Amino acid sequence: MKTLNDAIQAVPLNHYILLCSIIFSIGVIGVLIRRNAIVIFMSIELMLNSVNLLLTAFSVYHGDATGQVFVFFIMALAAAEVAVGLAIIVMIYRNTNSIDINVLNRLKW
Amino acid sequence: MNNLIWLIPILPLVGFIINGIGRNTLSKGVIGFLGSLVVLVSFGLSLAAFLQVKSTGVPIDVKVYDWFAIDDFHFPFAFLIDQLSSLMLLIITGVGFLIHLYSVGYMKDDAGFGKFFAYLNLFVFFMLLLVMGSNYVIMFIGWEGVGLCSYLLIGFWYTNPSYADAAKKAFVMNRIGDLGFIFGVFLLIKYFGSTSFAEIFSHAGTQQYSAAPYVLITILLFIGAVGKSAQLPLFTWLPDAMAGPTPVSALIHAATMVTAGVYMVARSNILFTLAPATMHIVAIVGLATAVVAAIIALTQTDIKKVLAYSTVSQLGYMFLGLGVGAYTGAFFHVLTHAFFKALLFLGAGSVIHACSGEQDMRNMGGLKGKLKITFITMLVGTLAISGIPPFAGFFSKDEILAHVFASSPAMYAIGVITAMFTSFYMFRLLYLTFYGKFRGTQEQEHHLHESPPSMTIPLIILAILSLIGGFIGIPGHHLLGEYLAPVFQRSAALLKVNELGSQTEIALMAVSVTAAVIALVYAYMKYVKTAHVPIADTEKRSFLANLSYHKFYFDEIYDILIRKPLDWLSEFAYDNIEKLGIDGIVNGFGKGSMEASRGLRLLQSGNVGFYIFMMVVGIVSILMYLVIKF
Repeated sequence: MKTLNDAIQAVPLNHYILLCSIIFSIGVIGVLIRRNAIVIFMSIELMLNSVNLLLTAFSVYHGDATGQVFVFFIMALAAAEVAVGLAIIVMIYRNTNSIDINVLNRLKW
Repeated sequence: MNNLIWLIPILPLVGFIINGIGRNTLSKGVIGFLGSLVVLVSFGLSLAAFLQVKSTGVPIDVKVYDWFAIDDFHFPFAFLIDQLSSLMLLIITGVGFLIHLYSVGYMKDDAGFGKFFAYLNLFVFFMLLLVMGSNYVIMFIGWEGVGLCSYLLIGFWYTNPSYADAAKKAFVMNRIGDLGFIFGVFLLIKYFGSTSFAEIFSHAGTQQYSAAPYVLITILLFIGAVGKSAQLPLFTWLPDAMAGPTPVSALIHAATMVTAGVYMVARSNILFTLAPATMHIVAIVGLATAVVAAIIALTQTDIKKVLAYSTVSQLGYMFLGLGVGAYTGAFFHVLTHAFFKALLFLGAGSVIHACSGEQDMRNMGGLKGKLKITFITMLVGTLAISGIPPFAGFFSKDEILAHVFASSPAMYAIGVITAMFTSFYMFRLLYLTFYGKFRGTQEQEHHLHESPPSMTIPLIILAILSLIGGFIGIPGHHLLGEYLAPVFQRSAALLKVNELGSQTEIALMAVSVTAAVIALVYAYMKYVKTAHVPIADTEKRSFLANLSYHKFYFDEIYDILIRKPLDWLSEFAYDNIEKLGIDGIVNGFGKGSMEASRGLRLLQSGNVGFYIFMMVVGIVSILMYLVIKF
């Protein structure tokens, strides 16, 4: 039977690395240039998941399942983090009637 | 007896602790009784120790415990009671007890009664430690301790700023001397590897004798004595020390503490004998002090100041005696001086007490009828200090002068002139105070009264001692000399003494007695017959009188030579080193971090987008660093 591993290994590792770098960069740029808090939040998720993908790819190429198990844990944690992050954004919206991060200019001394 | 020795100093310490703690709660009667009792018991024990030393001739050497040891250098806390210290013990506890008794009456209206007795007991403790120590370090503890007590008691009425200044002056001047003393002790440790009297004195001069180390050590020790015993050039503190209560002047600044220097030199006599150069210095300093202080005393008008300068002058005599090798004579003078000077001070205290605190002799006079006991006892004291036979001062002063004559007739001549001055100013004091008419205010005259018995009894006892005290040292049958011989044995063997014939001695006595009597008569003519009263401060004095009245401007000279430059230096150091240097560095750190944070604060714009951007920049730079590093 053709295993999932074989399917993944059908694509060369370089492609994975390139794809992940692109997704990660999109995430970074999204964080830097967007002012909407939710979009920034999504961009952060994008960065996180690009790393997850890379971790899975390396894990397969390495022939060790630990990396893939690890990814599941990260996803579980990310879900919790999203809950907290979204709650913060909701609170921001309730207080300022906006989710534009430039409104939040009082985080200083 | 030997196991009770430690009680002698401890008892006054116990008195100090109890009186010190209970100074506000115990009644004055209890404090006075306790303070005097501990000294009296110490006196009893000292008497027992004295009798034991006298009968056996063996010094009592008691080691209390081993204090500390550095390598092989063991340092015991030990007491030595030999012929010399046993006599000092008797003076300190005996005269000390009388003065405690006197203080009960003199200080009875003072708010600081308890504090006064506590300090007085503490002083007795330290003074006993000073004379009982069997090595220089214990002596030094006592030496510093009495200086402290002197400071505390001079400044007893510290609310008066000039009294507090006098206390500081005494302390600082003593410290200058103490520095010499402690360096001397360091050198003793270096040369002899010990501080114990017994070890040092038995090794002194035995192997490879060269005078240089002895001269150095003894000069340093003598500097200590100069400070403590108020010799030139450090004597100016003693007259100012009269700011303290009169019993303090009697006990500390006349009878005991100021003679500590003499005691120390007499104790170290073998070291001084081995250093002839120092001996000359001691003699010259002593003589100069005796003359200068006597001249100053001639014109003083404060009754206590006259006595203070006379103390300085008499101490000068003692050092003159030590300097010419008359150790016994000098110590004899310590003994008799303790009697008659304590008597004179207590008498002066009684006069001041009667005149409601007046100390200026220009406002006294005619007290003879009102203060009979004080007058008679003061007369005895005056005769004793003036060297009129058969009073105590005659014998001791004469012994010193005889030795001085044997060593240098020129010094003797100055000594006799000083004796003449002494006689003059003392009788001047007596005549101005007790003869003529009362010159004070009506109110003071109304208050004139003889002091209570607790004050007159010590006066009477001291007067008796001043009268008969001299007979322990009659030429030819010198009980004191025989008793002290073991202490000065080696020095006596080393010093070549020009023996004076008995005819010469009698002639010398006649000269000094005649000089004293002439001065006495002159004082009588001037102050009783013509009823001359010293002029007020506002009137102009002749040049010499002015010089004497203003103490040769010693204080002013020190002011210009030492205080002004020091002030200038301190101001310079304050402005430049302290303010610019040290404060500049400390404040600079503060200012620097303030400025730096003000700059860094701008980064905290509060803009979340900017924060995120900085986070990314941070992460990227960390990554770049790691990439470049590997």
